[in-house]
Amino acid sequence: MTDSLISTKNLAVEFNISGGFFKPKILKAVDGISIDIPKGSFFGVVGESGSGKTTLGRALLNATKIARGGAVYDDGEVRYNLEEMTPAELKDYRKRAQLIFQDPYAALSPRMTVRDIIAEPLEVMGLTSGREETDKIVREIAAKCRLNLEHLRRFPHAFSGGQRQRISIARALVSKPQFIVADESVAALDVSIQADVLNLLKSIQVDMGLTFLFISHDLSVVAHTCDHVAVMYLGRIVESAPTKDLFNNTRHPYTKALFSAIPSLDPDAEDSAQRLKGEIPSPTNQPSGCTFHTRCPHAADICKSDVPTLETCDEGHAVSCHRWKELLETAAL
Amino acid sequence: MKPLIDVQNLTLQFDTDEGRITAVDDVSFTVMPGEVMGLVGESGSGKSVTAKSLMYLNARNAVYAPESKILLNTEDVSLDVLKLTTQRQRNVVRGGAISMIFQEPMASFAPAISIGKQMVEQLLLHTDMSKKQCKELSIEMLDRVGISDASARFDQYAFELSGGMRQRAMIAMALSTKPKLLIADEPTTALDVTIQAQVIDLMRELVTEFMMGIIFITHDLGVIAQTADKVAVMYLGRMIEKGPVRDVIRNPAHPYTQGLLDALPKMDDLESPLVPIPGDIPSPLERPSGCVFNTRCGKVFGETCNTDVPEWRETNPDHDVACHLYATEA
Repeated sequence: MTDSLISTKNLAVEFNISGGFFKPKILKAVDGISIDIPKGSFFGVVGESGSGKTTLGRALLNATKIARGGAVYDDGEVRYNLEEMTPAELKDYRKRAQLIFQDPYAALSPRMTVRDIIAEPLEVMGLTSGREETDKIVREIAAKCRLNLEHLRRFPHAFSGGQRQRISIARALVSKPQFIVADESVAALDVSIQADVLNLLKSIQVDMGLTFLFISHDLSVVAHTCDHVAVMYLGRIVESAPTKDLFNNTRHPYTKALFSAIPSLDPDAEDSAQRLKGEIPSPTNQPSGCTFHTRCPHAADICKSDVPTLETCDEGHAVSCHRWKELLETAAL
Repeated sequence: MKPLIDVQNLTLQFDTDEGRITAVDDVSFTVMPGEVMGLVGESGSGKSVTAKSLMYLNARNAVYAPESKILLNTEDVSLDVLKLTTQRQRNVVRGGAISMIFQEPMASFAPAISIGKQMVEQLLLHTDMSKKQCKELSIEMLDRVGISDASARFDQYAFELSGGMRQRAMIAMALSTKPKLLIADEPTTALDVTIQAQVIDLMRELVTEFMMGIIFITHDLGVIAQTADKVAVMYLGRMIEKGPVRDVIRNPAHPYTQGLLDALPKMDDLESPLVPIPGDIPSPLERPSGCVFNTRCGKVFGETCNTDVPEWRETNPDHDVACHLYATEA
């Protein structure tokens, strides 16, 4: 078992949304998340919009306040408790943990040259001793992300989506972080470019020994890039397993439904009957018991009353479902 | 039977400060009644602009080439869309004979007018029904597309509905005038997979029920495989391959179509590496001469690819490709 870079325990993030002073409303965006992200892994998080996957990523970057529970970051050099950090620790953590955004068109300032965009984190954090050193690092990282040196003088508008995303990646990598959160980083790209960016992320991860939290709504993308996948629904993890295990031995009805919803490339493919009814409920008004019971084809009475816990069903494979054993035996999934 | 829509040699340029940009270059295709055509391509390939031309919906700086023809044939009308000169004439086509569903339903509904009012407005414009009848039909359509409690939803605003709901309302609105042709521009791209599956099911049902022709624009070949009868692939304003959906997906002929399929993550084979198409789509200001794909194509041979525009060749029945590879074999 390798060491965890990040491990969380019952992590919860809540937002106060205004219901007026007298009846404040609390939105549980993320609730009871316990995960271990091993060092050097490509850890995937999938879920529909509103499942809390982005909030989880932000919490792990300490970009949003952790309401309950905790998360520990330990890269061998330093060890931080994310829920209680001193300003100095936080400043250091910003170097070690970085984010790659979804939309490369919105993430880059149109008034800065590519060189300035990539160099900005170095300058803000004061990581280099002078302009020369900064330029050297920028050139190195740009080469790693397959950007030409002549590109560095240009402005972002001159680049296509794929190139822009490579600039965003270079910017995230320039402070030599250990941990990267890639939030829907290929969702805005065309398939032909998407494959290129995924391959780049993979090769950088191997080269620099990074740990990735890869957030996506697209199971097929996650399946191809990640070592381990956690499936989220309404702020909770419903299933978590090594990628192949998740795909071959799916245990949770929600994961199963997600798979069957992916349109097959084969025009003659048998249309699986597993269609989810309705939509993901509002997080302000979560169903009781298992939050998935309103859409689950296998829901029973216990699902409406009791919250299931995440239990291990195989080596590294955890599922949060009251009936997974039953469903496995009756081969209902 | 006459095709519902017959596009012949459509060429469309935009006048911009940087010069004339060719957005669509000599594109021809037909759609029969009850047929679903998928239009595939990357961003910048001209698929949306092509579809919008059918309704004369492009910006004012659009310049159509004189030889371009868009022939619309329904029971009521038979006309060339590009020959229509006044707004009044064009309004017969827009929302009447042809309806469109856009990608982002939040942006396509007016935020300050209730869903119902918007639905009634267009029905009043395109039909002879009374206001009361329009309302009844609108509610019936909302119900038909699976919106629960339709009469209450009728008075709600777009922001009160969830993403999947909004897209359903959009579909209900587009179909309420009983168009002969429906253009769906990336209708499921902004939706979650589970909702996407529901919307695709719904659209399939509706085609059979209303016998419409559909042009389904998407970059997702999986969605195409599940919905379309035939498919056309576009790249940088040109159509490069067209044919029955099975044949195009099983035996892609053009290197670009092959590349698109290789770049797609496949669920049944997790081990296979993702193969990107090298390079980026060129700017429309710098369109390559000859075959437009020659800057990224792995199978370029000789000068022909750089100088001559490839002609259409048939590789399988009804399956045509515009690539020099097949000219030499013949």
